[in-house]
Amino acid sequence: MSSDHKHGDPLPETVLRVKALESLLVEKGLVQTEALDALIDRYETKVGPQNGAKVIARAWTDPGFKERLLKDGSAAIAEFGFSGAQGEELVAVENTDAIHNVVVCTLCSCYPWPVLGLPPVWYKSAPYRARVVREPRAVLAEFGLDLPKEREVRVWDSTAETRYLVIPKRPEGTEKMSAEELEALVSRDSMIGVTEALSPADLKEEA
Amino acid sequence: MAESVPSLDPDLLATGIPRDIEGPVFDEPWQAQAFALTVKLNEAGLFQWSEWAEHLGAEIAAATRRGKGVGNEAYYLCWLAALEKLTAKKNLLSIEELLARKEAWRYASEHTPHGQPIELSATYK
Repeated sequence: MSSDHKHGDPLPETVLRVKALESLLVEKGLVQTEALDALIDRYETKVGPQNGAKVIARAWTDPGFKERLLKDGSAAIAEFGFSGAQGEELVAVENTDAIHNVVVCTLCSCYPWPVLGLPPVWYKSAPYRARVVREPRAVLAEFGLDLPKEREVRVWDSTAETRYLVIPKRPEGTEKMSAEELEALVSRDSMIGVTEALSPADLKEEA
Repeated sequence: MAESVPSLDPDLLATGIPRDIEGPVFDEPWQAQAFALTVKLNEAGLFQWSEWAEHLGAEIAAATRRGKGVGNEAYYLCWLAALEKLTAKKNLLSIEELLARKEAWRYASEHTPHGQPIELSATYK
């Protein structure tokens, strides 16, 4: 569900509104572009799915860590220095040949921010929230994920107190890869459970 | 210490910014830009955080009454609306100016070939 920004499309309304504010305030000398950029830089790259990818890659390569992650997700991610901003509990759920897990917040958009950054737009959309519970296989198919019939699909509904992190299946052909190399295969969507982790071949295509 | 997270005003933090242990986080760049503008205007002494909290709180309350979600996007839409209103109230700019400038950016974005930076043409400034 990538953006389908076409040539000549206007920017989204919110972007236009912010650009209008910013350009006027800069022209009036009330704020400086460089100072704004410096402030934004501090946050933009700091957090996000790369935190979760580190956790998953470690779980794939360190059975002891995976056990701790499944037992007490909050404590396990704290080993990386990640913690819930609002003190909510993190529960890790593992995908296997028998079970596929997918996460939603039917009420709003509760999401494991410390490990995944901020939720994608579709995660917050009413259709995803409503449909993934009712017809998870159909929704997953729209993400390009066709699961075998025999695989059980479990949908986890996040709450303010409990957030879920999916441990995707480790892709085949990655036995020799280091945890660091594996991180690149762990996409945000795979940790929500709407896709599988990338394969080394997918990664080459993207590059 | 340029890379360290600046300490944010407790009054600002009390407004419930989506954040992790390192500070606020955003899912789209415009949210970070709106946030940064607000912080810088406050630093410049153009309004107090208590005034900000009032405006943002009013937007969030109104959005909640309209049944809008409390997701990150909704939160920053409230933020943006509050920023537009507060800057107008403080006479930093006018709503008319803002609307005209927004249309200029829309025009620029529609008439800029793909791959080129979008800039306001001289005639629109």
